[in-house]
Amino acid sequence: MLNLVANNSMVTEHEAAPDRITSGPRGPKPRRTLSRRNIVVYGTLIVVALYYLLPLYVMIMTSLKGMPEIRVGNIFAPPVEITFEPWVKAWAQACTGLNCDGLSRGFWNSVRITVPSVIISIAIASINGYALANWRFKGADLFFTILIVGAFIPYQVMIYPIVIVLREMGVYGTLTGLIIVHTIFGMPILTLLFRNYFAGLPEELFKAARVDGAGFWTIYLKIMLPMSLPIFVVAMILQVTGIWNDFLFGVVFTRPEYYPMTVQLNNIVNSVQGVKEYNVNMAATLLTGLVPLTIYFISGRLFVRGIAAGAVKG
Amino acid sequence: MTGQTRGSARPNQWLRNLNAKIASIPMILTAVVIFVGGTAWTVLYSFTNSKLLPRLSFVGLDQYERLWAAPRWLVSIENLAIYGFFSLVFSLVIGFVLAALMDQKIRFENTFRTIMLYPFALSFIVTGLVWQWLLNPQYGIQSIVRSLGWTSFNFDPLYNSDIVIYGILIAALWQGTGLVMCLMLAGLRGIDEDIWKAARVDGIPMWKTYVLVIIPMMRGVFITTLVIIASGIVKVYDLVVAQTSGGPGIASEVPAKYVYDYMFQAQNLGQGFAASTMMLVTVAIIIVPWAYLEFGGGRKRA
Repeated sequence: MLNLVANNSMVTEHEAAPDRITSGPRGPKPRRTLSRRNIVVYGTLIVVALYYLLPLYVMIMTSLKGMPEIRVGNIFAPPVEITFEPWVKAWAQACTGLNCDGLSRGFWNSVRITVPSVIISIAIASINGYALANWRFKGADLFFTILIVGAFIPYQVMIYPIVIVLREMGVYGTLTGLIIVHTIFGMPILTLLFRNYFAGLPEELFKAARVDGAGFWTIYLKIMLPMSLPIFVVAMILQVTGIWNDFLFGVVFTRPEYYPMTVQLNNIVNSVQGVKEYNVNMAATLLTGLVPLTIYFISGRLFVRGIAAGAVKG
Repeated sequence: MTGQTRGSARPNQWLRNLNAKIASIPMILTAVVIFVGGTAWTVLYSFTNSKLLPRLSFVGLDQYERLWAAPRWLVSIENLAIYGFFSLVFSLVIGFVLAALMDQKIRFENTFRTIMLYPFALSFIVTGLVWQWLLNPQYGIQSIVRSLGWTSFNFDPLYNSDIVIYGILIAALWQGTGLVMCLMLAGLRGIDEDIWKAARVDGIPMWKTYVLVIIPMMRGVFITTLVIIASGIVKVYDLVVAQTSGGPGIASEVPAKYVYDYMFQAQNLGQGFAASTMMLVTVAIIIVPWAYLEFGGGRKRA
């Protein structure tokens, strides 16, 4: 069945050899592997793949070269002499303004922002989603609709009122304030994610637990939580990459000593004073991209699921 | 728990399902205070002449008049329009073509997908900085092509105010098309295989099947993708900050940056509020018709 579909083009005339049927569900490859169609399909995809990989390649190459080599050479050429000095410098010595302790500070700030933000936002959103899916109360759907519509409001519209709220709470400029902000803006998409997931679980399970006398929290902790680990992983991937990559909130809601890595990176690279050290800049850029890239390459398909759900966050 | 044990008796409506209500407090606060309250607050204060601090002294539409007379805002809007139009068209077309190619039962599909999607994992700052380097006229693509012998080759979008927005567009497309491809691919996979068989039996060429049958069938996917891309376009900020900081001059300014600069640097809150309200209006123009089409008519989705 699949074979017919597999040979999409004009190769239907191809004699149907009997061994085709027995050779498994994926179907045998067309005999002429170098058909015009294949050349076009694979050729285009390979060119496109190279285009996508090019910036990563250039980043790595540049970060391993010394400045003299960059000045004379071309950005695509591999380094003649590999040096890790730019990486060391980017991590420990690069300057932002008067501070010269490198990106490491931004990295640890980002860790201190990301870890609690991810945990808190997921905890709150999963409980929200659970309440919405299983313990619906009057008006719950209204709040949920507002939340989802709110996901489309540009952040710029809500930034200043949040500054005021945080200032009143005494946490404006601190890590706590930024964590609250990440929790707020992660809520729409995460709540949607969890609500849909919990609503998809068999209802009998929930009812049986109710009959046995389990309450709101018991059911959540003992039944829902253990059953939905995959969705928690998806939410974590979504949040870690999203929060790590954030720039706007970091710059608005924290003081310079708490700047996350992205903000510090931008300040290092785009600072006007001094000679531009492109190799250090690229090493710093790679360092900042390393965390989300690692998560991406490890998590594979789950990442795709996460962003398909989180794309709305845009 | 106390609420549940009382059953459906009338004593106190508020105590029913109490735990769920307590658990939903963060959501309710976010929805009501931040999303509704915050938005209303900003819109309200956009009619005042707040400078360093928000003050409730109304000046009518003054801020909006000033906004639409400001060259920088007009440049921002023009940039957003160009950037928005081209990134919509290109990401939909490229995304769909790539998805169609990926849907040919190819080998190494996962590898190709991994490669096309990885830029989406990177932040706009990283994206902007890499492309700033690649488009560096002294060392980047321009100098490479020149060193190959084409000495008059000119490609320095980031330093040419006429085309700087296209330089940003290139980076944005590199970052975002992988996602569009994934969404489109999911849509293509949702199409019944019988459609393809029927088309083949009728002898319709493949491209015609795509254009006349498949794309119309994927209307929903296209609209959703469109909304996702469009609401991302309005928010574009980090990329511009990293790649050009709005330069050269004001040539690559965008509305989101205008808002930030007026709110937090120029200490002219009123302008910032008015500009952000305009952003809200833009988003509403995109979202409201979509929401109406999607949820208004049949109420098929809960």
